[in-house]
Amino acid sequence: MSRIRRAALALAATGAVLAGCATDTGSIAAATGEPPATTVSGLSGQVVAMRRLTRSQYLNSIADIFGPDIKVSGRFEPIVRPVHEMIASGARASSISPAGLEQFDAMARNIAAQVFDETHRGQFVPCAPANPAKADAACASKVLTPLGRYIFRRPMTTAEQAFYVRQASDAAGPTGSFYKGLELALSAMLVSPSFLYQVETAEPDPASPGQLRLDNYSRAARLSFMLWNTTPNETLLSAAERGQLTDPARLEAIASHMVESRRFEEGVRAFFADMLLFEKFDELAKDPVVYPYFNQELAKSLPEQMLRTIVDHLLTRDGDYRELFTTNRTFMDRQLASLYQVPVRKSEGWQTYEFQPGDDRAGILGQAGFLALYSHSGRSSPTLRGRAIRELLMCQPVPDPPGDVNFTAVQDTSNKAMPTARIRLTAHRTDPVCAGCHMITDPIGLSLERFDGIGAFRTTENGARIDYSGSVDGVDFMGANGLGKAMAENVATTQCVAGRALEYATAHPSDDNYRLVDALEQKFAAQNYSIRSLFLDVATLPEAYQVKLDPLDGGKTSISLAD
Amino acid sequence: MAFDLTRRKALKGLVNGAAVAVGIPLLDVFLDGNGQALAATGARVPIRFGTWFWGLGVNPSRFYPTTTGTDYEMQPELAPITPLRHKINVLGNFNVPLDGAPNLPHRSGGVAVRTGRAMTADRGLPGESFDVAISDQIGSGTRFRSLEISSSGDPRNSLSGRGGGNLNPSEVSPAAFYTRLFGTGFQDPNSAEFKPDPLVIARRSVLSGVTEQRQALERSLGSADRAKLDQYFTSLRQLENQLEVQLTKPEPLQACLVPKPVADRPVNAEIETVMENHKLMTRLLVMALACDQTRVFNMMFNNGASSLTRIGSTITHHQLTHEEVLDTRLGYQPEATYFLTKIMEAWVDFTSALDGVQEGDRTLLDNTLVFAHSETEFAKFHTIDNLPMMTAGSAGGRIKTGQYIDGAGTPISRVGLTLQQVMGVPLDRWGSKSMETNKPVGELSA
Repeated sequence: MSRIRRAALALAATGAVLAGCATDTGSIAAATGEPPATTVSGLSGQVVAMRRLTRSQYLNSIADIFGPDIKVSGRFEPIVRPVHEMIASGARASSISPAGLEQFDAMARNIAAQVFDETHRGQFVPCAPANPAKADAACASKVLTPLGRYIFRRPMTTAEQAFYVRQASDAAGPTGSFYKGLELALSAMLVSPSFLYQVETAEPDPASPGQLRLDNYSRAARLSFMLWNTTPNETLLSAAERGQLTDPARLEAIASHMVESRRFEEGVRAFFADMLLFEKFDELAKDPVVYPYFNQELAKSLPEQMLRTIVDHLLTRDGDYRELFTTNRTFMDRQLASLYQVPVRKSEGWQTYEFQPGDDRAGILGQAGFLALYSHSGRSSPTLRGRAIRELLMCQPVPDPPGDVNFTAVQDTSNKAMPTARIRLTAHRTDPVCAGCHMITDPIGLSLERFDGIGAFRTTENGARIDYSGSVDGVDFMGANGLGKAMAENVATTQCVAGRALEYATAHPSDDNYRLVDALEQKFAAQNYSIRSLFLDVATLPEAYQVKLDPLDGGKTSISLAD
Repeated sequence: MAFDLTRRKALKGLVNGAAVAVGIPLLDVFLDGNGQALAATGARVPIRFGTWFWGLGVNPSRFYPTTTGTDYEMQPELAPITPLRHKINVLGNFNVPLDGAPNLPHRSGGVAVRTGRAMTADRGLPGESFDVAISDQIGSGTRFRSLEISSSGDPRNSLSGRGGGNLNPSEVSPAAFYTRLFGTGFQDPNSAEFKPDPLVIARRSVLSGVTEQRQALERSLGSADRAKLDQYFTSLRQLENQLEVQLTKPEPLQACLVPKPVADRPVNAEIETVMENHKLMTRLLVMALACDQTRVFNMMFNNGASSLTRIGSTITHHQLTHEEVLDTRLGYQPEATYFLTKIMEAWVDFTSALDGVQEGDRTLLDNTLVFAHSETEFAKFHTIDNLPMMTAGSAGGRIKTGQYIDGAGTPISRVGLTLQQVMGVPLDRWGSKSMETNKPVGELSA
């Protein structure tokens, strides 16, 4: 059972002091079973950002609030990723289209129907309606008020509370069912912008008169979505209610607890899936004639291997971020074992695996997921791989080819005189128009040429032996092992992840905050490049919670980090 | 945005009453006078608008007619349209001036056609696409304001939206598209039975309540978030409409024949799969139009930087256009052009399917205005002036058809302006900077 539902149950069933995650004291809300409507936060604060929930944040929220046995089925409107930015930033600009809301509505009704069906209603309805065929406002209020606090990530305002109770009553009439009434009121809550968006509100900042800072409930949601990729639990909501999240010492204590929790794994997975553009795996397809081994099962294992490596190295082993590019430890399942041509003991599931140095599979860049994603459908691409490494892992955007580029110097794959990508690309790079950008990308990607378009190992292309030398920023090396070492030694790598962590938290690209990112990177270095420390530093960074109102922008607010 | 408070209030008042359906008048939009009378029922036939997009342009010298008007000589790449050429216009030689903004390959051209603006950065649409303006005009009364479809997968493959982070995502699965159109919530207009569902009445009341909360939500919002909330409530209005439609006995529609369910099948960019998915979703869309479930649609055959593949080829359609050697004997790239042949085949299949449905003395195609376009002229060089465009159908006789129209290098936004005017959007000027224009394409006026 989920943490939150456990808490909800405690509220519902006993009305006693809250058990579960609320560590030290039970809140007044828990003791009375009905949190008071707030005037401090809720909708009365200045809204400074509306960030649309991602698919996984929505799914995790539902599972936490109602329990994992409540199934969610439906399609999620994708959030548009602004080029060179994170989906977290795109979420801040994302609106909901008619087709998207239609889907959210269908999902909401489906969820609400399960929550109040005969199997589940006992867990959420602490009272018996006077007549189950009619409205009962008092009982509906006892159900919807605590649920509303979890769904909106803050107590409902008095008006909201009255509103949803009235919805339940209005709907109980024509349907002839108290529970149908609850169901419809709950589905309305689940399509409300207050649920579908993480609404960030601000209050005057006592430390900087005239400026705003995120208020307690917005901090609770931010910490929770950033570190656990889910909705705030009872501990966070209670801490927000007591005003602890604007107290630096309490904030630090709570955030430390969160990065030490097992649930931080979900946050780390979501962060890297965003940073590494894993949504591209949804559209990954390979030519079945060229790569008969490629199938949809394999396509699912590719990102999972990368994420397992990341979690194992950065969390389980508390490893140095830089060694994510050099580690030989990884995980295999049967699908991957045949691609990598290695033996597996088990016929199902995942097992640990350690590459030998001679395998040249160091780090996440030597893994098939990365290699296959940045390839063409029927062959490898040093340019795509080099570009992805520059842009995603070093945060160095590579310009698009100019619109009027002349492709006459481009490669001809059927030309017998040019059997390898290196030879073809060299021909390409001699064109001065193309050289500028290809010099940035190709020497990196060429070191990975011993891996084909799905990441399988090879030593020749079209019968010619592959030269796998490469270079990045003046450092020459050989193969994936050499590339991993060069990446680990390049400061752009650690600066990049620090900047991305800040962007992920604030939903603003950190490009304009060099000094802040530099400072974060230095602390990161001082803590052996531990990802836990980095996320803790971002989560407790006062600047990340400061809100500047831009006077030139006609009332439009934007969060800009103090620099 | 105005909401019909009276109807909602009226409905709410009737929530506990038995005779709800009887009390609700036919939606105004059903009586907007846009159509001609249908002999069978005396009801009006609606006029529809849609787009049909394909990526990677054409081989210009093998596509464009060399003379204007209706007697043009057919070029080989255009030849597949021959059976319907009298219902189709071909438009060429309109330019996309970018005013110094970069030509973002495979993005800038299509976006300029649809928004009348140059993209300055790849952050979604730089403004509202004109199909959305048309759907605001004619689409707000039906169950779906518009339907977006991508035959080659990827829900993000769409050029329709209000700008910035607002993009109408595309339906990619024929089976899911079927369920959305003809599953729960669909009412057969020709069914004799009609009984309003009390659950729908209750849901309608709940959603009206959410709209009434709007003011409370809007307090203390910045303008960017206010715009998002506006879009949210526009979307909510569609949901309310869907319920209103379910509570209203539909007018019989002669042409509406409810199709059979579609089985789950693969969705990917392999050309034969795409052709089949396009055909299936076209058939469903045609019936969605004939059954008046929507009046606006956007069909993406493939994406701009086309990821179409062909079994056995190591690279995609997009890479072929850049990397395949120009065959000097043929004068074009044969492998890349193979995909264009399939695209034209699909376009003719699409228009023929619309033309195969009779509505009174006209066909569904006649009562529709379909605008087809690509995002580049010649993909090998990413050229965006002289983008290939076509129209099919006459919007119920509102435009002339059968011609090749030469834009003489004038801005491409003239086409978007004209189409919006034909569909009743009240504007006399459209586009920004060098693409701002008040000169519709006169040749189209009937």
